[in-house]
Amino acid sequence: MKERIVVALAGNPNSGKTTLFNSLTGSTAHVGNWPGVTVDKREGTYKKLEKPIDIIDLPGIYSLSPYTPEEVISRNYILDEHPDCVINVVDATNLERNLYLTTQLLETDVPMVIALNMSDVVRKNGDSIDVKKLVEQIGVPVVEISALRLENLDTLMAEAYRMAAKGREGKTIIEDKELSHLISDIRIAFKAKGVGNPLFHAVKLLEMDEIEVANHPDLVPIVDEYKKSHADKVFGTDYEALVADARYKYISSHYASAFIRANNIENDGKEKLSKSDKIDKVLTHKIWALPIFIVIMFIMFHVTFSEDIFFIGRISALFQGVAFDDLELITNPFWVKFFSADLSNETTSLNGIPSIGVFLQSWFGFATGSLINLIAGIMPEGTWYTSLICDGILTGLDSVLSFIPQIMILFLIIAILEDSGYMARIAFILDRTFRRFGLSGKAFIPMLTGFGCSVPAIMATRTLEDEKEKNLTIRLMTCFSCGAKAPIWALLAAVGAYAGFEAGFFVFSIYLIGIIAAIIYALFLKLFSKDTYVSPFIMELPTYHLPQFRNLMAHLWEKLKHYVIKAGTIIAASTVVIWFLKSFGVEDGKFQFLMFNEEVLDELGNPVIEGGEVVTEWVLHIDKSLLSYIGRGLSYLYYPLGWGMGNDGWKYTVSTFTGLIAKEDVIATMAELGLDDSEEGLALIGALKVEGVYAFALYNLFTIPCFAAIGAAHGEQKGKAFWITLSWWFLMSYVASLVCYWILHFCRTLPGLGYPLLALLIALVVFAGIIVARRHKKANLSL
Amino acid sequence: MRKTLDQLVKGETGLIISVTGEGRIRRRLFDMGITPGAEVYLRKKAPLGDPIEITIRGYELSLRKDEAKFVEVEVKS
Repeated sequence: MKERIVVALAGNPNSGKTTLFNSLTGSTAHVGNWPGVTVDKREGTYKKLEKPIDIIDLPGIYSLSPYTPEEVISRNYILDEHPDCVINVVDATNLERNLYLTTQLLETDVPMVIALNMSDVVRKNGDSIDVKKLVEQIGVPVVEISALRLENLDTLMAEAYRMAAKGREGKTIIEDKELSHLISDIRIAFKAKGVGNPLFHAVKLLEMDEIEVANHPDLVPIVDEYKKSHADKVFGTDYEALVADARYKYISSHYASAFIRANNIENDGKEKLSKSDKIDKVLTHKIWALPIFIVIMFIMFHVTFSEDIFFIGRISALFQGVAFDDLELITNPFWVKFFSADLSNETTSLNGIPSIGVFLQSWFGFATGSLINLIAGIMPEGTWYTSLICDGILTGLDSVLSFIPQIMILFLIIAILEDSGYMARIAFILDRTFRRFGLSGKAFIPMLTGFGCSVPAIMATRTLEDEKEKNLTIRLMTCFSCGAKAPIWALLAAVGAYAGFEAGFFVFSIYLIGIIAAIIYALFLKLFSKDTYVSPFIMELPTYHLPQFRNLMAHLWEKLKHYVIKAGTIIAASTVVIWFLKSFGVEDGKFQFLMFNEEVLDELGNPVIEGGEVVTEWVLHIDKSLLSYIGRGLSYLYYPLGWGMGNDGWKYTVSTFTGLIAKEDVIATMAELGLDDSEEGLALIGALKVEGVYAFALYNLFTIPCFAAIGAAHGEQKGKAFWITLSWWFLMSYVASLVCYWILHFCRTLPGLGYPLLALLIALVVFAGIIVARRHKKANLSL
Repeated sequence: MRKTLDQLVKGETGLIISVTGEGRIRRRLFDMGITPGAEVYLRKKAPLGDPIEITIRGYELSLRKDEAKFVEVEVKS
């Protein structure tokens, strides 16, 4: 026997496979992606036997058909990677459908053990399973376990270990005499070709399975020949249907009787309502489903992102008749410091209690900020290497790590929704609305998350099974203005007084334009795509149950590692590059580090003197940097968008560049270049006029979000799809900014041209909407 | 009375007669247990009337009306 034994776990989604995997492997588990696809690949080790056993958790599947990536992965793994044993995890409370996969696994030659999971639940319901009978019928060992309560796991593994040494020959449940002959003929042909697992391949070829037909075209004539003379009474020569039917028939006649149901079916034939049914009645109620859903969503984002939990601050302001800004909700200085994570001596006021997400983030930010200050304190001031470490690497890492508390909270809640079974119901409730845009109900959560932060939002697209839907959702993500963009809107809104627009309306309109843009993009994509195929929505609605703490933690840990590694590596590298471009350049005729110790001047231009000494500060001459030259060069690219023109054009260009590190850096860079919220700064930005400000805002809204988001997208998309996403983001922002600039420009200077153009644009969109709706109707009618 | 599955009214039970459609969708229906002879019970419809939720082979399954159209059932009275 081999040095290391490999056991693969296979089973339906919701069969408790992941719980079993977590229970068996504990801390040894690690997660990656299967080669070429973003389906989780979990691996771990079981150490309680004489030899360590490597455990591979295959993706949850219902069948070994060739249609979904999960099924193909599992199939290829079992057939080609030669695991020593397969543990087929079967949900004992739903034997019939679970055993359907079992009948396919039995056809391989891989040693196999059946883990009858949730047997404790079966007993609790008063039912029981005749294991002995099941073993007799199936012919492989069956072990009753509870992955959750850790019952019988050692027996299961000992059995798998024993079977691994023995080997097994495939067995089919197809009893039809004629068909059996054909199967055995094809099997012999496969064997002659030296193909492993010949029985499995034989049955799949009989079904005219895409993969088999492509790999073994030489054997197809055997089936075709046979079809000429043998037609089934019901199915004719549709062997795929015949085989599926045979499997289910065999299960009902041979296995189903092993399940001994207690007498809980009443005489009128209606089953008693289980707890799960009662919960479901409320959560998917015809009228209440949507309001309940909205409340749950609201709570989810509220506890993650809100600065004023349950609006305590705003409500008490209302009752006390004090302006919101002046309200000091908590006057005890200790609590103020505690909730705002501010340990400085300055007095701070608090207008509400922060949500747990914001609270943790404040403290997390305080901790990393202090660490950076500490390191900066012990290193020599003004040197390039201090700047590299503190302003470059550490600040870059900080911008990735600062998302962690909120990501973790959000994912904890999403994991609870998913584990409890509610997520499937969300998809059920919203599917109809989202389908019009080529999406399914499941896309809702990532999109809504996008208003908080694109990074967890992109990571949340992992729950979308359809690759096309996942790609579209990720690409639309920038339409939903994330939290880090809010400071940009705040600054630009303040420009309103100088450029002639209303500040409050500005911010509102940006969010609205984002959402409308998402709808327009989705509509146009549907309009121009020839592919009318919509992925099927045939989805199990699992029984509701309480989420398992252990599973939630394992899930969070996976997400955390994934995020820190993927986003961390890209961020660290790219922030150092931007740091270099920003800090080095040519001044006084030589290439050098641009940090200079300069005297601080007062308003009259005289040096400030404190305690007899001239006050100095370190200033970065960013306007001489390499980045500024790149900005000056690239600003031509942004000439058509308005804000790239003029003396300050390069400053905006550079700001959008540093915005790649984090969107907060857009205004940070603008401030370094004199475009801040001082009166002079606002007046400078105001020179862009309303069209320029909007065009600049829309560019920042739609463009590539930040390196952390790029890292997340890279984790969810492979190869080409990822690069398309990046170009999509760029093009989307460029086009939106361009259109916005010129239409608004003409509306202001040449209303006779501007307003008709605006009307034309709106008409085009409405027209596209009507065509898509018509097409949708037609497609429905033709079915 | 024969209908397609999408026409079933809430609370009705039917016996599956045939499954049409092609390729991937049909296979998926089979794999999920929707085969001739199986009994389906229409549990509910989503708030907007689509998709629908059925009980089949002892578990709950949701599918769109577009997909349910491929399934022909004999309504049980």
